[in-house]
Amino acid sequence: MAVARPGLPTATAAAAAGERAGGIPPSAWITALVLSIMPALASDFFLVQVFGWALVLGTIALSLQFLAGYGGMVSLVQMTVAGFAGYMVAILGTSGLTQISLGWPFWLAVPVSILLAVLFGTLSGALAVRTAGIYTIMITLAIAAAFFYFTRQNETVFGGFLGFNGVRAPVFWGIDCRSPVPFYYLCLGWAAIAFGLVTWVIRAPFGLALQGIRDNPRRMAALGFDVTAHRIAAYAFAAFLAAPAGILLTWMNGQIAPGTVGIGPVIDILVIAVVGGLGRPIGPFIGALLYVLLRIFALDALVALGLSGQRFQLLIGLGFLVTVLFSPDGILGLWERARQRWSGPAAGGGR
Amino acid sequence: MARAIAERLSATGTVNALELRGVTKRFGALSALDDVTLSVRPGERRAILGSNGAGKTTLLNCITGDFPATSGTIRFFGEDVTHFPAHERIRRGLRRTYQISLLFGGLSVLDNVYLACLGVSRGRFSFLRPRRDDPLLENARALVHAVHLDEVAEKKVAELAHGQQRQLEVALALAGAPRFLLFDEPAAGLSPAERADLVAILQGLPAHMGFVIIEHDMDVALRVVESVTLMHEGRIFKEGTPEEIEADPEVQELYLGHGRG
Repeated sequence: MAVARPGLPTATAAAAAGERAGGIPPSAWITALVLSIMPALASDFFLVQVFGWALVLGTIALSLQFLAGYGGMVSLVQMTVAGFAGYMVAILGTSGLTQISLGWPFWLAVPVSILLAVLFGTLSGALAVRTAGIYTIMITLAIAAAFFYFTRQNETVFGGFLGFNGVRAPVFWGIDCRSPVPFYYLCLGWAAIAFGLVTWVIRAPFGLALQGIRDNPRRMAALGFDVTAHRIAAYAFAAFLAAPAGILLTWMNGQIAPGTVGIGPVIDILVIAVVGGLGRPIGPFIGALLYVLLRIFALDALVALGLSGQRFQLLIGLGFLVTVLFSPDGILGLWERARQRWSGPAAGGGR
Repeated sequence: MARAIAERLSATGTVNALELRGVTKRFGALSALDDVTLSVRPGERRAILGSNGAGKTTLLNCITGDFPATSGTIRFFGEDVTHFPAHERIRRGLRRTYQISLLFGGLSVLDNVYLACLGVSRGRFSFLRPRRDDPLLENARALVHAVHLDEVAEKKVAELAHGQQRQLEVALALAGAPRFLLFDEPAAGLSPAERADLVAILQGLPAHMGFVIIEHDMDVALRVVESVTLMHEGRIFKEGTPEEIEADPEVQELYLGHGRG
């Protein structure tokens, strides 16, 4: 029989039906409040380059957390799906590369880009779901690598090595989404929607069945579930979370190039999700914030110490190593164990 | 499909719940099943006996599609399901339990049964959470009650006693509207009291629900069935009523002999 694996999330139909008391914890309310008044607290640099970036990377990592944590499928294709959406918005909308970009208005280019990225994610899923474990990782990595090299070599559609620059957020209803405050709210808005969708879906029949498939695919087939179709649908849902985040990332950088979808960023998303914790949807956001802070400030710290700024990758790698060695369920796991210890054995369970 | 069923009806005069013709399953050079031909009427209850390695569980795996048969045809209520994936056979009313419980250890008893009800419903891909009075959840509660697990309904399955897990196996197989059931050693590892409970559950099934049961415990098997098929080394060795099988000297020699010394 399937053994309950520690650190893997579970959800119950009975709890979803509202049989168990317990609302949103106060810490969640405080986080939501702080995030929504952030523009009053933080400088423009922090708002976009730290929090905006962390929210966007966190959302892409959340799509991986959903597949890995609830579906048991570690997909390395999530950054590629996001990057694909970014490329589409550059190709269909406006960019500095006028001979390629079609110049569609944003209200058409954005939804079509998301749709195409979901299609891309679904097809990648259809290729990957018949494999398991290390082979899922390998096949999704292969798709990611293939897309990276393709964008680098294809000049006519993907703009080759240099990619697209001048891909900017739209201005509508008199709001300039390029300015820091509206852009921050765009990032926060999509991150919140994605987070809410995942928390909702994992307790809906679709998500419950996905967790059943994670634990015991053979039994799920013997209960009448089409395991393959269900897994592919999970990839489609995950792609839908990642695609808008990819567009936001492109707008934030003002450009999309092969470097955005390279093997490095693809692995970074995995590192973010694992370091944060695959147990719950908040994990990837914690991981993303840590990653962003490391990337920005480790550079200065290293230079001050007389080392090359490029060594920040070493720090991130070391952080990953330490996390998987000492806390396989990420920072979330560390946090929960610490809380259990503080609240003492009398409190029991801690949750 | 309707015509195919009609043709079948006119050809035999009746539709069998289960009809296997020349079913063979090979694992490499080993023939786990060798040319098995078997038919079971709707509502019929049949035991499959045989020593370890006789191919009983393999037979069940071929019928449900857990492993596809190497050759031969399998019909379920007249429909050729030989090339159907497992979930399609289940959606047509076939159910099974597993010899070694295959349950969702991290989920509660109620959720396990809820998943089973969901698997054969249209809501499999639903993004809407169940309401308190959700019909599937109501069905799940009724099934939990039917297998006497009310007290542990909210408990995680991993925390259950072995006997309770076996009862849950049965509940999962009863979800939806089963037309035919396959039980793979449901009494394995149960105490005498739990066995009596299991016999009561099996005898309490509606009369139209036929089943095939693999069981080593004759006291369980022969009390709930009307016919017996004896398997030996992947082949069907003998068929008959429980009395005939018990009285058969060859059978006693081969199978019942050492247990009853």
